[in-house]
Amino acid sequence: MEILVCVKRVPDTAENEIEINRDGTGIQQDDLVYSVNEWDNYAVEEAIQIRDNVGGTVTVLSVGDEDSEEVLRREMAMGADNGILLSDPALIDSDGRGVASAIKAAVDKGSYDLILTGAQADDGAGQVGGMLAAMLDWPYASLVSAIEILDDKKLKVGREISGGNLEMNEIDLPCVLSIQTGINEPRYVGIRGIRKVASMEIPVQGVSDLGISPDSVGSAGAKVNRMDYFVPELGEGAEMLEGSTDEILDKLAELLKSKGGIK
Amino acid sequence: MPDTLFAYILHSEGKIDDTALELITAAEKIDPDRPAVAVVFGNGGELEAVCGELAASYQEVWKIDNPALAHQNAEIIRGLLCRILPEKSTILLPHEHFGMDLCPGLSVKLDAAYLPDVVDIEGIADGKLKAVREEYSGQVSTHIQGDISGGAVITLRPGLFPADESRGQSGQVVDKTEAAFQGETPGSSRRFIEIVEAEAGDIDITKSDILISVGRGIEDEENLDIVNKLAKLMGGDVSCSRPIVDAKWLEKSRQVGTSGQTVKPKVYLALGISGSFQHMGGIKGAPFVVAVNKNAKAPVFQQADIGVVADILDFVPKLTEKISEMKG
Repeated sequence: MEILVCVKRVPDTAENEIEINRDGTGIQQDDLVYSVNEWDNYAVEEAIQIRDNVGGTVTVLSVGDEDSEEVLRREMAMGADNGILLSDPALIDSDGRGVASAIKAAVDKGSYDLILTGAQADDGAGQVGGMLAAMLDWPYASLVSAIEILDDKKLKVGREISGGNLEMNEIDLPCVLSIQTGINEPRYVGIRGIRKVASMEIPVQGVSDLGISPDSVGSAGAKVNRMDYFVPELGEGAEMLEGSTDEILDKLAELLKSKGGIK
Repeated sequence: MPDTLFAYILHSEGKIDDTALELITAAEKIDPDRPAVAVVFGNGGELEAVCGELAASYQEVWKIDNPALAHQNAEIIRGLLCRILPEKSTILLPHEHFGMDLCPGLSVKLDAAYLPDVVDIEGIADGKLKAVREEYSGQVSTHIQGDISGGAVITLRPGLFPADESRGQSGQVVDKTEAAFQGETPGSSRRFIEIVEAEAGDIDITKSDILISVGRGIEDEENLDIVNKLAKLMGGDVSCSRPIVDAKWLEKSRQVGTSGQTVKPKVYLALGISGSFQHMGGIKGAPFVVAVNKNAKAPVFQQADIGVVADILDFVPKLTEKISEMKG
């Protein structure tokens, strides 16, 4: 099976305190720890397991600047066979539709049976996979946390719905699936693994290579634009306990007791 | 203003979803003068009951009634919506698993702007809709503007727009089944098989009064011991956020959140949990929430009653000791 996995380089929000820059046009990039979007990492692991099971290749693709090469290389160290970077000044500030149309153009140049994306990334939108599927006229299933290969024409997939329940579906190939975390246990990638793929070539394609008009993507082609970043005023928020650790512990233990938190 | 505004109604077992009345409020923020039309897919008696309930809150309700709609398949519904929605329509849906399944593709097929997971709507200026979203796991917000002149698909985060409970309408129900099906069901390359219910766990956290809930900050499976000890001392149960289940350190039945359990404790300790809306959405009944997190920017501090900025690996053993002393 020929599998394409779309991955994105994002700041690691578990490790970083995200600060907005002075004029509100973006976030402060200095000192941020970047990594592959967590959902995407599960998608790559799933693709590798499917390939190891039924044969084929795994290609990882990212839309971004040259720094995105490092996440592609990381996923290749995990076991992906090829990487493709879609990078062009014209793609900057694309909306979800713009990103999906660039990927669609890359898909048209290849021959894939299955495309996986993460269920969402740092913006929480979860939009590119579904848009890509609609552009390709391929079936789509979101929030997939179980995949079974039925034959070379169809899969059985479990979508995670409310209450921890799974909605089981049969879906025809080729298709696009958005992958939920927890579907597998992504393998560890060490420095050694990354060294092994350090010299592998990752082709970079711009809009002219993809055969798309620069006006159809980027901020020019976007129906939805981000205007600014801000920190919302959300009322009081939590009362933050401050002082020495002993003072905090005294106060917290008393509060827990008074609220019925200690039986 | 949008040409026409629709609200997509979720329902189950003959009752409308909580979001059905939230969409009315959101629609008013887009166009205060023209109320949204409810559009609801389903089958038979359950659908009738849903339409009856909706007519009290919406002036106009479009129903599409067919056995093929007993279970909502996003691919089939996308095809039907494309047939019945007038050109340049704006349609609102809740941002949950069905909306996430349907909407990205629907926006492409309608050639409409897609505004996903909107948390507030500021209104329309210069033909563009201004709305608020969150990014970076809720650490910062952004204003976005969408060109909705060619129509829009907008998903709204559940629970943030107050439900319009006025029920002052005696709305008209319009049957759009014929227009939607035109004598045939759109083919689907994705076919529903069944719902597999989550396995019950050893402990039912939905019945717990005191939950000691642990997240990514625990770092390692072995460290769960410190949380277990605290829970035992407090007389509570251990629950968790999604990453702990993903790592297979605790059972799925212990997961609090929209894709896990909905809990109603009196006291909720969020230990090393960032507080995504999917997690916080699983906490009901306004418990006393204490959050401990080493990241002062963690969104959990916006919703907790009491916050402590600390590494749980240091703090939790000390808290356990403190409570142990207090209990004598």
